Amino acid sequence: MATTTSLDVRADFPILAGDIAYLDSAATSQKPEAVIEAISDYYRTSNANIHRSVYELAVKATEAYEGARERVAEFVGWETPTTIFTANASAAINLVAYAWARHELKPGDEILVTDMEHHSNIVPWQLAAHDTGAKLRYLHVQEDGTLSLDELDEELARGTIKLVAAVHVSNVLGTLNPVGEIAARARDAGALSLIDGSQAVPQMPVNVAEIGCDFYAWTGHKALGPTGIGVLHGRRELLESMRPFIGGGHMISMVGEQESTWNELPWKYEAGTSPIAEAVGLDAAVKYLQAIGMDTVRAHEAELTAYALERLPEVPGLTLFGPTDLDKRGGAVSFAVEGLHPHDVAELLGRENVCIRAGHHCAQPLMRHLGVPATARASFHVYNNRQDVDRLIDALHNARKVFQL
Amino acid sequence: MDELYRDYILEHYKQPRNFGELPEHDLEFHDKNPLCGDEMELHIRVEDGKIADLKWHGQGCAISQAAASIASDELIGMPVEDAAKLDADWMLEQMGIEISATRRKCALLNLKVLRGAVTGDPSWPESE
Repeated sequence: MATTTSLDVRADFPILAGDIAYLDSAATSQKPEAVIEAISDYYRTSNANIHRSVYELAVKATEAYEGARERVAEFVGWETPTTIFTANASAAINLVAYAWARHELKPGDEILVTDMEHHSNIVPWQLAAHDTGAKLRYLHVQEDGTLSLDELDEELARGTIKLVAAVHVSNVLGTLNPVGEIAARARDAGALSLIDGSQAVPQMPVNVAEIGCDFYAWTGHKALGPTGIGVLHGRRELLESMRPFIGGGHMISMVGEQESTWNELPWKYEAGTSPIAEAVGLDAAVKYLQAIGMDTVRAHEAELTAYALERLPEVPGLTLFGPTDLDKRGGAVSFAVEGLHPHDVAELLGRENVCIRAGHHCAQPLMRHLGVPATARASFHVYNNRQDVDRLIDALHNARKVFQL
Repeated sequence: MDELYRDYILEHYKQPRNFGELPEHDLEFHDKNPLCGDEMELHIRVEDGKIADLKWHGQGCAISQAAASIASDELIGMPVEDAAKLDADWMLEQMGIEISATRRKCALLNLKVLRGAVTGDPSWPESE
């Protein structure tokens, strides 16, 4: 049996130098040396506040930040001025929930989300619905872990849906949703669409223009970048007509005593000092991923996922959740072991330096749908290899022994 | 032998004591640990100011279930007034194992529910 796949970049990740099987990339990815260096270099050689001062350092910092925006936008096939840097994916979604939903929704309107959303794509809409009198509706996850486009059509036929908010790749089930089709059907029904790409951008080629959604949100730290930076791509006419989200420095054009006017896109939505070093780090992460090639990243993760799906059933009493068809899923595998609570699984695996996540994965509606309080989840990225999966399987057998199963 | 999952912890987990419901009870409380989704419900029957009978049910990890099972034996017969004063140290002592910070709430969920039932205070128990 092969012990490595063709992609072997583990040595690029300093934190993985020790004896560790890191299988929690869906929570956050590890960072390659190139990203750590880029952030460190920025603070050593280029740190200044951006957009204002004219001295050389400030010019370097501004170029680094705006250059990062260009490359990040290009990475996912979107234009630069409508690519907004936020703090994380939640902040990106909240931007739309505040700047769009609170001004556009009224009683009788509905927002359609799915059962498999992360709380970050549910709670902002609940709050907006509460403030506007609108209501949330849910697309249900089918037995095979996928969504039904027929059910989507039925929901859209209600004529009350103003926004469809759906996840691109589920952080629990791994399901890869047909987001292009979802966006197209929403548009045909006169609804906007927002796609949460937090789990998709890190692991597969994504082209936001091809998806054709109105908003696309993702976060840097799951894509080998640093924490503290997320991205919102939005349709220009919407971003132009929407009110700002957070008021403050740099997002204005002119500030009067009672009224102000707004800066151009994207800065209208970037109040206060920006996450400059974080953008530089994300830029380096994107370059790193592009050098590998997103097709290769996707193939690597699919190969590991297939291997995990093949080997996990060797563990007695193990139940897998999510689609089994590899074309319909990403690199996160959720499971439960009979007689072993997920938290005890995570604890026992942790002792063997096998890092997995246990819990509700910020997806409580989905847990209720699956009928479990929690699952254990292993998720993969470029630095993982078959040995990590082997260690997972061995550790699961050991955990069952500790529990005398 | 495992330091955390000792035999008696696993026994309590697999065959919990006083597990179930009391159709007729004087005090009850239901709570959960939002971090992990563990849930627990407690029913208490009071006689002469004492816990005459107690049943609990819920779902959770071995630590949370064993803690509830272990505590349940100690609580039956205890004056309600005394039960209201039990703190985190008492529960951790009953467990007889070293509980790390990340598992502390697992071990304390049942005490949280007990305090909710006897005092109405649903806050997490602390050490003295």
